[in-house]
Amino acid sequence: MFKQTIAVTSMNLRALPQRLGISLVIVIGIAVTVAVLVSVGAMATGFQKTLSNTGRDDRVIVLRGGSEAELSSTISRDNTLTILDAPGVKRDADGKPIGSADMVAIVSLPLKASGSGANVTLRGVGPKMPVLRPEIRIVEGRMFTPALRELIVGRGAVKQFSGLDLGSKVSFRDADWTVVGIFESNGDAHESELMTDIETALSAYRRNLFQSVTVMLESPEAFNAYKDRLTTDPTLGVDVKREPDYYAKQSQGLKKLLDLLSFGVGGIMALGAIFGTLNTMYTAVSSRGVEIATLRAIGFGALPVVVSVFVEALALALIGGALGAIGAWIFFNGNTVNTLGANFTQVVFNLTVSPALLVNGIVWACVIGVIGGLFPAVRAARLPIATALRAG
Amino acid sequence: MNAIVTLQNVTKRYTRGKQTVEVLHGIDLEIAQGDFVALMGPSGSGKTTLLNLIGGLDQPSTGSVAVAGERIDSLSGSRLAKWRARHIGFVFQFYNLMPMLTAQRNVELPLLLTSLSASQRKRNAEAALAVVGLAERARHKPNELSGGQAQRVAIARALVADPTLLVCDEPTGDLDRSTADEILNLLQVLNREHGKTIVMVTHDPKAAEFATHQLHLDKGKLVGTTATSTTAA
Ligand SMILES: Nc1ncnc2c1ncn2[C@@H]1O[C@H](COP(=O)(O)OP(=O)(O)OP(=O)(O)O)[C@@H](O)[C@H]1O
Ligand SMILES: [Mg+2]
Repeated sequence: MFKQTIAVTSMNLRALPQRLGISLVIVIGIAVTVAVLVSVGAMATGFQKTLSNTGRDDRVIVLRGGSEAELSSTISRDNTLTILDAPGVKRDADGKPIGSADMVAIVSLPLKASGSGANVTLRGVGPKMPVLRPEIRIVEGRMFTPALRELIVGRGAVKQFSGLDLGSKVSFRDADWTVVGIFESNGDAHESELMTDIETALSAYRRNLFQSVTVMLESPEAFNAYKDRLTTDPTLGVDVKREPDYYAKQSQGLKKLLDLLSFGVGGIMALGAIFGTLNTMYTAVSSRGVEIATLRAIGFGALPVVVSVFVEALALALIGGALGAIGAWIFFNGNTVNTLGANFTQVVFNLTVSPALLVNGIVWACVIGVIGGLFPAVRAARLPIATALRAG
Repeated sequence: MNAIVTLQNVTKRYTRGKQTVEVLHGIDLEIAQGDFVALMGPSGSGKTTLLNLIGGLDQPSTGSVAVAGERIDSLSGSRLAKWRARHIGFVFQFYNLMPMLTAQRNVELPLLLTSLSASQRKRNAEAALAVVGLAERARHKPNELSGGQAQRVAIARALVADPTLLVCDEPTGDLDRSTADEILNLLQVLNREHGKTIVMVTHDPKAAEFATHQLHLDKGKLVGTTATSTTAA
């Protein structure tokens, strides 16, 4: 039985090149499906990686109570001082708390890709920002000077928007701002931002309210006590979150969307590929109806026939799956993509095609091949021999 | 007389939708070992249907079919497949060779169902090709062979496992006169010199003359049996 199966299957596979056109339908259909699945997955993975890179366990972000994001939060100057001064906040050599009360505003700049305007986050940061966020490294130029309309710009924002190169001038709030430095930040969400001195930002926007306060704690364990102290103070009315929790929450919406996308779009495409495979395999089987019937007349069993059709579908699916996965990897891995992130501004992140995603893509291909091959295989084996021979 | 094929009161009905058509009506038939039987009759008279019952490709609606000492009218599909592999060699009008296999590989196919080793299979296939006079075409693919050569390869394939019975459905139906005669001569040699029992469906009265016996089928009934005087042994 084994020998028969091998013989029929290998004969079948060797004949594949003669059915190149029809086989390509399966291969391409599955390749495209897998490429889409893998690239949507790469988006989700990359986005999550970007946001989970943002934040440290010993850093805390304080927002007005009930505010999910910085833009909808306001904190008064008095309260920012209380938040920064509360026990549990780490202090620098000069005795001052390591923290930054930030102002966040939205600036519309032209995208490099389309030229159309898109939102980018402008963040005014306090003087302790470099100590608070040691991951922010100026890679070109220098730090902004307080009281001057100078900006440092994240690497991601430079890539995504035009006119942000070192030395260029950016106009908003009726003034020209000079880009004096470009920074990297481990590819986290801040790399898509513009930063300037807090007081300069507040005066340009004629504001006296802050959006958030970020502090560094003495240790991650100090969190609960610090949080209790702030949330039980009725004059403050704030929410206190560890940075990683905050950014995880921020990414939830998009993550859900991407999951929906991969299951929705991916599912529909997979369904299409299944029907394509079914259709093609039915055609392949019926075009070989006489061949199959002849083999069975000679005495070959039904099982080898089923297996051979099945293996053919699976082999084509695997080729398609591998092409799709490799294609997605070549074209998308490491590509940057921007999307609406926190604050409805653009977050730049890298598409990440992980090995798990590749495996996942191949598994999808196999599922499509199995379903698309099974029914034609069974039909091939069940067709009465005498009938199939007449069809020739 | 040593009967290899015995049919008793065989009917065959086809059901298509709600309509049932009886194609064979109460056939009784015996074929002795060593016979070369030509089965004749007008188109649609049931020749292929009857041949399929003898070859175990199909089963009767009623009646009994015993071939090569076994009742095959009620065997299960998989037992019937094994039985065919052991006892029947098929030759078809359009050869039905596997297009991607060489002549040699085509002939070897039935041997894959035996316990022969690869080298024995190869040797037997070569021998069968030699019998049909195509030893030097072993490496050719079917599309590199003429119709007559392809049919010889098909005959070699039908012979190679040394079946009890050769079953041929219009083996010369697609060939010109002289090529057809060559094929018929070959079948005659297989019958006379190798003792093969052969049942052959044909439209062609000239082809039927190569056989030892002629059966005539008309509208699903056997209407006469003649021993062919000119070529009978
Ligand atoms: N699967 C089937 N379903 C219904 N009717 C069938 C089926 N197979 C054959 N028939 C009918 O049975 C009758 C006999 O067919 P068969 O093929 O045995 O004739 P034949 O003598 O071999 O004809 P030909 O010389 O044209 O090959 C025909 O009327 C045919 O239409
Ligand atoms: Mg016929």
